[in-house]
Amino acid sequence: MNTPAPTRPTAPSAGPADAPAATGTEAHAAPAVEVRGVTRRFSSRSGEVVALSDVDLTVRAGEFVSLIGPSGCGKSTLLRLIADLDEPTAGELAVFGRPPRVARQNHDFGIAFQQAGLLPWRSVRTNVELPLELHGAGRAARRARATELLEMVGLADFAQHLPHQLSGGMQQRVAIARALAERPSLLLMDEPFGALDEMTREHVQTELLRLRAETGAAVVFVTHSIPEAVYLSDRVVVMSARPGQVREVVPVGLGAARDRSDDVREDDAFFDRVRAVREALHGTDGTTPRGVDRR
Amino acid sequence: MTRSATTTWRRVEVVLAPVLLGLLALAAWEAAVVVLELRPFVVPSPSAIGAELTGNVGIIATAALSTALNAWWGLVIGVVGALVAAAVSAAVRTLDEMSAPLAAAAAVVPIVALAPVLYTMFGANVQTARVAIAAIVSFVPVYVNTLRGLRTVAPVHRDLLRAYAATRRQATLTVTLPGALPFFFSGLRVATSLAVISALVAEYFGGPVDGLGKAITSAVSSSNYPLAWAYVVGAVVVGLLFFCGSSGLERAVLHRRSGR
Repeated sequence: MNTPAPTRPTAPSAGPADAPAATGTEAHAAPAVEVRGVTRRFSSRSGEVVALSDVDLTVRAGEFVSLIGPSGCGKSTLLRLIADLDEPTAGELAVFGRPPRVARQNHDFGIAFQQAGLLPWRSVRTNVELPLELHGAGRAARRARATELLEMVGLADFAQHLPHQLSGGMQQRVAIARALAERPSLLLMDEPFGALDEMTREHVQTELLRLRAETGAAVVFVTHSIPEAVYLSDRVVVMSARPGQVREVVPVGLGAARDRSDDVREDDAFFDRVRAVREALHGTDGTTPRGVDRR
Repeated sequence: MTRSATTTWRRVEVVLAPVLLGLLALAAWEAAVVVLELRPFVVPSPSAIGAELTGNVGIIATAALSTALNAWWGLVIGVVGALVAAAVSAAVRTLDEMSAPLAAAAAVVPIVALAPVLYTMFGANVQTARVAIAAIVSFVPVYVNTLRGLRTVAPVHRDLLRAYAATRRQATLTVTLPGALPFFFSGLRVATSLAVISALVAEYFGGPVDGLGKAITSAVSSSNYPLAWAYVVGAVVVGLLFFCGSSGLERAVLHRRSGR
């Protein structure tokens, strides 16, 4: 496949640490994710379902982009296409300028799902080591990296525990540590905090922001939650259902990830962006008078 | 009382309570036989059974060993065969679909009923038929359970391994086999007790004159009921040893795995 933008095929090993400016980046590195005219149809017994219809999306290196929309809008499908867990019916995708299949085989991205998906018979440490182990890293290197990562997510004391001995939030932090194991420049997350209670959720969100600031990785983050999307993202992609399409892209601009703290949640700018996403989500583009939730 | 003393006492209690209950039951049994003047062919007293047991420890042990060996080799052959068959079926889908009805059929056929046929097939003076029965009987649960285990891979784990570009071999070693292990062991637990039961019951239908099953029938036909019961006690011991062996293995493997 040939993507129009002629870019270097190699990804920057560590992306820019801070959130990029709203306008085009000077560096001519390939974008982390490039989606062009992607359509995905599923045929079932009851007929054909258009999960995604002609979707375009670009995620720059180091950028945090959330996908939000009603159930069945194809946001998870889009993430699976990027991860090469599924293939598009039409259109093209590129991850750091390469086809997703090549990116997957090059281990260009880390991934986390709604379920932590830890292997129940492995200790926390060896779960974190899994991607390194699969890709042939030496024992000592694996151990060192796992120790570092568990320290990073604040679970150093639980290295020898089994997953079932951990709470849901802790398991999800282990899953994130695992996703970060190979220092990926891109992190794909499919509702990773969806099953957590609200307080745990806010805690791990702040933690994710910190990790992201430390690693400088680009993130594609699927979520149901408007505040979560706004709190975490540089841009929020609002999608509509049947067929799944990008309805609007809301820039957030709450500052660099490393400067964002829990206080942002009480900020007027935060509420303003939450309202903007909500209006985009409910299709009140200022034309239809359904926007009643103004405070 | 300190906490450790409390837990020690609790452990003693766990062992002591069933032993105490067993002794009480034996006492009640003995009393019932004496008070109601029950005849030995109805039920002999525990003391009479105990006397036969201590008086014939040697021959009971020999008979038990013979039956246990049949059960053991049958179990080994059945389990190894089931593991190979499950691995092949898991790898080749069509084979699985072909064998599924056969496995279901084998699960409902009372294999022991085939004993007379197998005795004529292999000869009534060798143990082959008994071993064959124990093998077929223990094959089924191990095969069915292990195959189910090999098929049960959580979608999230499948996605994870694909996202990390794991090879088929890596996927098998890191997820499929460890995930199938508990399934295998629950099949093994069933197979172990079935192997002992079927090896013993097969002796009722013919074959060489050693073994617990034969000994029980001949003791009954010579009206020596307490001796027949003593042989039953021997069968209970064999069954217990097999059960403890398989559950001990299960605990050792699954526990060591989780301890790492």
